Amino acid sequence: MRVWKFGDDIDTDAIIPGRFLTIYDPAELAKHAFEGTRDEFAKGAREGDIVVGGSNFGCGSSREHAPLALLGTGIRVVVAKSFARIFYRNAVNTGLLPLVCPGADEIRDGDAVSVDIGGGFIEVNGKRLPVEPVPGFLKKIVEAGGLVAYAKDLDRVETCSTE
Amino acid sequence: MAATIAEKIFSQRCGRAVRAGDVVMAPVDAAMIHDITGPLAVRVFREMGGARVYDPGRIIMLFDHQIPADSIPAAENHVFMRQFAEEQEIHNYDLLEGVCHQVVMEKGRAAPGEIIVGTDSHTCTYGAAGAFATGIGSTDMGFVLKFGALYFRVPESIHLEVNGTFGRRVGAKDLILSLAGDIGADGATYMALEFTGRAMREMNMAGRMTCANMAIEMGAKAGIVPPDAATWEYVAARRNIEPFDLAGDPDAAYAESRQYNVTDLAPQVAVPHNVDNVVDVGDVAGTKVDQIFIGSCTNGRYEDLAEAAEVLGTADAFATGVRVIVIPASRTEYLKALRAGLIERFVEAGALVEAPCCGPCMGGAFGLLAPGEVSLSTSNRNFRGRQGSTQASVYLASPATAAASALYGEITDPREV
Repeated sequence: MRVWKFGDDIDTDAIIPGRFLTIYDPAELAKHAFEGTRDEFAKGAREGDIVVGGSNFGCGSSREHAPLALLGTGIRVVVAKSFARIFYRNAVNTGLLPLVCPGADEIRDGDAVSVDIGGGFIEVNGKRLPVEPVPGFLKKIVEAGGLVAYAKDLDRVETCSTE
Repeated sequence: MAATIAEKIFSQRCGRAVRAGDVVMAPVDAAMIHDITGPLAVRVFREMGGARVYDPGRIIMLFDHQIPADSIPAAENHVFMRQFAEEQEIHNYDLLEGVCHQVVMEKGRAAPGEIIVGTDSHTCTYGAAGAFATGIGSTDMGFVLKFGALYFRVPESIHLEVNGTFGRRVGAKDLILSLAGDIGADGATYMALEFTGRAMREMNMAGRMTCANMAIEMGAKAGIVPPDAATWEYVAARRNIEPFDLAGDPDAAYAESRQYNVTDLAPQVAVPHNVDNVVDVGDVAGTKVDQIFIGSCTNGRYEDLAEAAEVLGTADAFATGVRVIVIPASRTEYLKALRAGLIERFVEAGALVEAPCCGPCMGGAFGLLAPGEVSLSTSNRNFRGRQGSTQASVYLASPATAAASALYGEITDPREV
């Protein structure tokens, strides 16, 4: 499992350009992930690799094609110093795990990495970097494997209930 | 207890006091879906076991990103959405009315105190109507279509007080670009912006929409202008509604308070490749441009086109070698501009005037840039690759700056034209 390292303010246009938004199949979207920004990614990313960004990862458009394109390449975890709000929620909803890691700057491209979600850290080059857990109300969705699985068996929700 | 405008909206809609940080399953008053993100939302709705949408009258459907269909997959998406609208008895504006955020506003589908979601990040535009409006992804929208509610974390708020009077040919777009430059692309992440102060009160609805539209460019969840007489006049002209008081309390727990004065504000330009990379127009004046786009949900209203036409004045033609694309944000705005003679002036001067749609801002339909080309655009994003090649450059500015730049083929201070 290797790290694909990106910088700050990686926007969803970079993750999947606008001209591919008529595609909804993750495997097809994956062929165009980071096209024009980092062309070797789509071909090189392997099941279990991890994308690591700086601050404000996933800013811009609400397009859910962005997490889907990453999922289609086999990426299951995205680590960043911070995430843009809509991307973060889209990732949780589609089953891509976003992990906030204040020490993400220490991670370099190509590093070997392992993730210990229960332990709340990722291990890079023998060093453990703490990651922040997904907030309570989203944890149920992560545990279900995404919002579709979570919502499938619900007939109704209690409006104005608090978490 | 003192509360921000966001806290008041969630408290009112939930029938009890909620505070920033609370997570509530809040009712959704209106939900907007379009041709790009809508099909995925519909698929998710069905995967969630959805049979009938929660309330067809609260769902707003239209097509604006790829219209008229620019590819067979786009045409298939339109057919798919039309069939869903018919099956669910949802009113579908189809491709007839214009850009989603303009249409929602001008059809009176957004009002003060409402909670509105849309599968488009610029849904925050409806904050200009005093609504709490925010962009969501397609899977969240599938959930909304089924249940009519969504988990919201009630956001903290940043109080912005904007005073002073805009100088000649300086306005709302310059203000919001300068705020983006000051606050930063993630300076308001997860938060709501409250736009207050004299300059906001004196701003027309078109300008307020420009400001609220770009709240997302600072990471904000919403950008709200407290409703005043101008808001109520706008909304009441479009639907049956009685005005009520809605404003943040001065002693509410704001995360931050910032003061601005627009009196000496110069025209602003966001330079490649981030929206918060903002400079005075003078710093980039003289930069050659290949394409100029006047339009979008940010700046495609009649007032924006009039601002551009005023700068164009009696000039015969735009500069040789620059492509000027003008796209009114809606059919209504198009007609207003047409009847005022603005469209005729743009066409005479050499512009391509297109039917209302997202146009080059979408970066996938038409008006794409080749490697090395430079665009100046009145839209909201200048990310690398946003309008075509990742080797192209996009500058963002006001309609006045766009028109001035179109006259000279290079970035030009509109005050000097």
